Formats: sequence, structure tokens, C-alpha cells
Amino acid sequence: MSKVKMHRSTPSIDMTPMVDLAFLLVTFFMLTATARPDEPVQVATPTSVSEMPIPDRDMIIISIGKDNKVYFTVDGKFTRPKMLREMGKIYNISFTQEEEDIFAVLTTFGIPIQNLKQFLDLGREERKQIEQTGIPVDSLNNQLKDWVLQARLANPKVRIAIKGDDDATYSVVKKIISTLLDRKVNRFNLITGKEEIPEEMRKAAVKKPS
Amino acid sequence: MSEIAQSGGGGKKGGKVRSKKTSTRIDMTPMVDLAFLLLTFFILTTTLSKPTTMEITMPEKVKEDDKQPEVNEKKVLTLVLGENDKVYWYVGITDPKVTKANFSKDGIRKVLLEKKAEIRDMIVLIKALDESKYKNLVDILDEITITNIQRFAIVDVTPVDKELVKEAI
Repeated sequence: MSKVKMHRSTPSIDMTPMVDLAFLLVTFFMLTATARPDEPVQVATPTSVSEMPIPDRDMIIISIGKDNKVYFTVDGKFTRPKMLREMGKIYNISFTQEEEDIFAVLTTFGIPIQNLKQFLDLGREERKQIEQTGIPVDSLNNQLKDWVLQARLANPKVRIAIKGDDDATYSVVKKIISTLLDRKVNRFNLITGKEEIPEEMRKAAVKKPS
Repeated sequence: MSEIAQSGGGGKKGGKVRSKKTSTRIDMTPMVDLAFLLLTFFILTTTLSKPTTMEITMPEKVKEDDKQPEVNEKKVLTLVLGENDKVYWYVGITDPKVTKANFSKDGIRKVLLEKKAEIRDMIVLIKALDESKYKNLVDILDEITITNIQRFAIVDVTPVDKELVKEAI
């Protein structure tokens, strides 16, 4: 009696569809990816039902950290050095070409202008490790006011957004808003996460002309 | 003469040497490894959910000699944002009754909807105490959007408001 031999299937399987899919996804992610920039502060924004996306360009973003420190950034390779130069003039600090170049590619920063030169002279890694103290926004020493003005002079198209942390206290937000109002900026954006409109409220909210 | 039988290639046809046919299958494992490595990398580094923004327009700062338009105080609903995610609200200005609410669905939203139906051309004043969180401000603006209230303003707290809120606690 001969036993029926089990047909042994080959252990190698056709991987082509899987590879196809993998590469498709790789391509998709590569094309849609915008690398997350190094931020000195992690801001957990509150959520809102607003559906307006933030523009990618020409934005001043004023971040408020958990610890109520204020950070500032503006995009634009040409805007940033110009802004820095003008700021230097106001505070009597001259920045070298090198420092301007470094500043141009920097992202968010929260350093008082007096310490900025020192900060820019540090190495790349050192700069990451240093703890930023935040931009002064007190009424006596309000550097944010000057940053905003110089950024707007350097790039008149720029729009202003506030990116606050959930736990930032309102007193800081109030100072920033008041600073902006002093500069005649009456319209600005609050950056938030996305949230769904509650179903029963949808009709009312949709009716709103925008 | 002895011939070695070969299965793949052969030198049978008139002594012509045919090149050995190799399998068309190649080992894809390293490529797949690489593909998935890249895939993982890109998935982890992308920020998919793009943040949204809400646009707010603030009134200009009031100058000394500016005349402010007068409004009927019965149409004014004041919301005071306090500590620990509490919100206090009252209608009118003289001798108001302060009520405490929270940010849940049945909290301030219900109040806003009720008052909106009750009062025509209601004006909502949002006053945030210094102790309140930024989240509270965004939440309340959100409620305003959800309940579709057109007239609202963010204003500074007055000492009177602080007293009223203290009593309500």
C-alpha cells in the first residue's frame, strides 16, 4: 500500500503584487511628504470645527508653549535675513553674513534678540540642545512687536497666525493679541486641529455665510 | 565517445553551443526590504493631519475720544471664562444673575442656543480671565461658530466681572 504523497508547494511565493503596492505607497508618501521641521517647542493645539487650511507660505506663526514662552517664525528665505538685519539696526546688533545665512534656514525660535547672535554662533547640535527662553512680550520689553513689524515690512503679503498650546494661559495670549492690535493687525488666525461638527449642529453651522 | 546528458543546455544541434537559459525569477527579498524600510520612514516622518485655522477679526483698540455705539443691555450675553474649564454667563449688565456652566454639549452650547432663540440680535461678549487657558478661548469661539452666532467680541474683563464670578463660585 502506497501512501498518497502530499503535494508539497514551493515555499517561495510571488511577491510582485506586494512589491507593487509597497512602491506605490513609497511614491505616494515621498511626494506628499513635507519633512517635519525641527521645532524647539512642541505645541499641542486645541481642536476646532473650522475647516480652513493654513496657507503654506507667507505666514508669521507665533507659538505659545505649555510654559507660556513665546516663539516666533516667519517663512521665506529672503524675508528672514532682511528682517534680522532691520532688527539688528533697532537693537544695535550687527549680524554677519554667516549668521544671516544660518538664520535664514532656521525655523521657530524663542530667543531674545540680545542673545540671538550668540545663539546663531553655536553649532547645529548645540543649538538644538539649548533651552530657549522665549521672546519677551512684556509691555516694557516687547520684542515681539518689532519682529512682527519687521517681518511685515520685509514681506508685506505675510499673514499672522497664533499657535497656542492647550495649556497656555490666557494672559499671554492677551498680551500677544494686544501687541498685534497695537500694530494694527486686526485680523489673524488661530491654528487649531480638526474636529468634526456635531451631527445635530451641522445644519446651523453650514448655513453660516463665510 | 561519451556524452553527458544535460537538461538545460545542449550541444546537440550541430555542435552549436547554446547559452544556458537562466530562470527569469530574481530574488526580490532585498528590494522588498528596502521598499518597506522607506515606506515606514515616510509614514513616520509625514504629518498627515494638516492643521486648520480659525480666522478672527478683532475690533480696533478704542481711543480716548472715540464714541462707542450704545447697545441695549438686555441683548448682551456675557461669557466669562474662568479657571479649570469653567464658564460663567449672564444676560444684561445691571445686577445680573451669574450662572456656571461647562464646555460640554449640554453646557454652554445649550445656553447659547436657548438665548439665541430668546433674544433677537444677541451680542455675545467673551471675557477671559487671566487664569483661563487658551484652549477655553478656542473652545468658546468654536461654540460660537457651531451655534452660528454672528455678533460677538472678545473683550477685556472688568473688575465687576471678577467680583460677579467670585460670588458665583
